[in-house]
Amino acid sequence: MSLEMIEIRWHGRGGQGAKTAALLFAEVILATGKYIQAFPEYGPERMGAPVQSFNRISETPITIHSGITNPDYVVILDPSLIDSVPVIDGISKNGKVIVNTSFNGKEIAKVLNICANQVYVVNASQIAVETIGKNIPNTPMLGALVKIIGNLNIGCVLEDMRTKLVAKFRHKPEIIDGNIISIKRAFNEVKN
Amino acid sequence: MIKTIYPKGKLVAKTGNEVMAEAMRQIEPDVVAAYPITPATEILQIFSQFVADGIVKSEYVAVESEHSAMSATIAASAAGARAMTGTSSQGLSLMWEMLYIASGLRLPLVMAEVNRAISAPINIHCDHSDTMGARDAGWIQIYSEDSQEAYDNMIQAIRIAEKAKLPVLVTTDGFIISHCMEVVEIYPDADVKTFVGEYRPERYLLDTKRPYTLGSVALQDYYFEHRYLLSQAMKESKNVILEVAKKFKKTFGRKYGLYEKYMLDDAEVAIVVIGSTAGTAKVVVKELRKKSVKAGLLKIRIYRPFPAEEIAKDLAHIKAIAVMDRADSCSGAFAPVYSDVVASLYANGVICPKVINYVYGLGGKEIRTEHIVNVYEMLERVASGAEKPSNNIKYINVRES
Repeated sequence: MSLEMIEIRWHGRGGQGAKTAALLFAEVILATGKYIQAFPEYGPERMGAPVQSFNRISETPITIHSGITNPDYVVILDPSLIDSVPVIDGISKNGKVIVNTSFNGKEIAKVLNICANQVYVVNASQIAVETIGKNIPNTPMLGALVKIIGNLNIGCVLEDMRTKLVAKFRHKPEIIDGNIISIKRAFNEVKN
Repeated sequence: MIKTIYPKGKLVAKTGNEVMAEAMRQIEPDVVAAYPITPATEILQIFSQFVADGIVKSEYVAVESEHSAMSATIAASAAGARAMTGTSSQGLSLMWEMLYIASGLRLPLVMAEVNRAISAPINIHCDHSDTMGARDAGWIQIYSEDSQEAYDNMIQAIRIAEKAKLPVLVTTDGFIISHCMEVVEIYPDADVKTFVGEYRPERYLLDTKRPYTLGSVALQDYYFEHRYLLSQAMKESKNVILEVAKKFKKTFGRKYGLYEKYMLDDAEVAIVVIGSTAGTAKVVVKELRKKSVKAGLLKIRIYRPFPAEEIAKDLAHIKAIAVMDRADSCSGAFAPVYSDVVASLYANGVICPKVINYVYGLGGKEIRTEHIVNVYEMLERVASGAEKPSNNIKYINVRES
């Protein structure tokens, strides 16, 4: 709606953590001092079914409470959704798409039929397997999204994330480090 | 950088359900009896976890239906306990006969209510049909635009209920607020506890030194007097609500009234609306003001008691008003909020504004800024005399054939 507001749409499959990603993203962005919203799309809940979730970020209080139809950023957790879901629906002319994939940006842009400079890729699944030990791409994708949005403080994000993980996984330090490293790696590895 | 309004406040990212449970944890009522239902489930789920973890000393009664939930809450309150519950939609419907008993017995219960459509067809999403159906039940009804208001309203509700001796329900819009994570300022436990204070009922059934009868028969001779007193209590509760709001402002810094005026004082066209849509409409008002359109908004926070005289005074100068209802009375005439607003205007001698009734968003149907822009455009045409106001309900974003 307004210039200072950023709107994001996440695409995933039931069980992949698209909802968790949006909620977690909102929490860590609050730590950078911005207003946030996070909400999932509610429908029948089935493992593997396409699901969406949403974020708003703003410097000023967010009072709008309607759905997001023209996202500035689209994050795709599962590249197989590109064939079955209109993932770039309503995306603005300068909107950006971030895809978890092993293909390069040009190849994805061709499939999505949009300009190559709107497309960013990162192999979040591989990063997750190597750092967390499981294919849960939502955490690394947070790092990629922070990088592409650009004006967010990754230091604050990582610090807040560590605090949250420590509270949750006090007895499993390897999970904490794995998640933090996955965010850092995706932040550094996401490319056009 | 976001700052807190209350110096000791803390900013957290929480959903509407989470902050309602948080308020309940801080209030720490003696008894909570509930039968969880979508989209209010989490409120009770989170609260029951607080009980299980020993974080609160409250007694949690897991009952077998909402009718029993309300009955158990009534019984606890009658016994002298501070008692709360939570529900939504079909759950509130099943409580229906007990709702009237809670208010008839003048018990200060507080209910966290999440607005959801009523079946059929089955639908879990937001509209206000559930609480509008309970509007004559003698309960104070407080609606919240967002999670912050839901949290603040819950804290105020306890004091209001106990001072007015009336049950209070606090609502959020199902999913839109109940499941939306936003920035909420939470106050320290001790400060909330000080604000709500200890509950000392004047009379209660477990007071063996002063036994009394509650819930007796009152036929032709005294029933009417009881109901008359209930009606008077509802009217007088406006002052209680305003007093509590004043104390809340003084303590925590946030200002609340019976309703909120948004750019209304110099407005020529205005929308009257309840709940989260007020927030979306504020975005539209701001944009229209940039284009020199004198748009304004009145958001009803307290729907029962209805602030009739106050609203009539604040809307008297508006040329064209749209009252947007998120419930349809199926009356063959108009929806509930419209009927209340128009009656208030007319009874107070305000006959100049043209007032149109819109019904929107039933069963969670999207209401976007462009829909609200259309409403203001219609109001401008009516205000200028270019178009005659409709004397029928206008429906937003619905397939009419």
